[in-house]
Amino acid sequence: MLENFKDFLLNGENLLFIFFSMLVIIGAVFLINLQKVVHMVIALATTFISLAGLYVLLEAEFLAFVQVLIYAGAMTILMIFGIMMTKHDRQNEEPKRPLHNGLLLLGSIGFFFIIYLAIQEAAFPIQEFTSVEENTELIGIDLFTWHVIPFELVSVLLTVAFIGAIIVAKREED
Amino acid sequence: MISSYLTLAAVLFVIGLYGALSKKNAVIVLLCIELMLNAVNLNLIAFAKFGINPSLKGQIFSLFNITIAAAEAAVGIAILIALYRNKATANVTEMNSLKK
Repeated sequence: MLENFKDFLLNGENLLFIFFSMLVIIGAVFLINLQKVVHMVIALATTFISLAGLYVLLEAEFLAFVQVLIYAGAMTILMIFGIMMTKHDRQNEEPKRPLHNGLLLLGSIGFFFIIYLAIQEAAFPIQEFTSVEENTELIGIDLFTWHVIPFELVSVLLTVAFIGAIIVAKREED
Repeated sequence: MISSYLTLAAVLFVIGLYGALSKKNAVIVLLCIELMLNAVNLNLIAFAKFGINPSLKGQIFSLFNITIAAAEAAVGIAILIALYRNKATANVTEMNSLKK
């Protein structure tokens, strides 16, 4: 048991996994517990960047870069814009909802235990993962041969969503 | 190894769920929804490496997921700003015009 634990700790990948997962969970917990809204966004940025580290551990380098660009970059800035556009100085006078929050905490923890038991029960046969150097190139080839129609559909959806967002947020002059 | 990744994703998802249902600030609710989507992405990528049939499909699926999440966040913030202009509140408990 102790020997297994020592082997586990001596493996560099496991150490990195522990480090990044700690950062992820700490960021998420701070997101829930901090008082100021901007601090919450910074905590969430920590979570996003550590998740990018986990993606590198999982040999998904392209997705790690996408995570840093889109989540840690664009999404965080967008949320800070959202905070700047709205006012947040009335947090203290809000009524607390102890019953609601207690039931919610109970339900969340119960839900987590159900998932945890399911994960422990399930058997995952070890499969050979052929590790590839050119992750980005293979994703590009796959995306533009097998998944080209979903790719184009997603581009149309993004255009529609962003034009819609501009129209919704626009000031109604007339 | 996969079970630790799945457990981490479950922890993230549950924290996001708790935040999305308990916070009153609409921006924070959006952030917590992003957290839940990130947990799902982590699951997909973990299965792309350690799953029954490891391949790049999981990574491609999570790429689409990230795109949809970006669109969702943009539309969410736009709705928030429009609502703030009309009702001057970012509190989700006061967004109840349809209930009256």
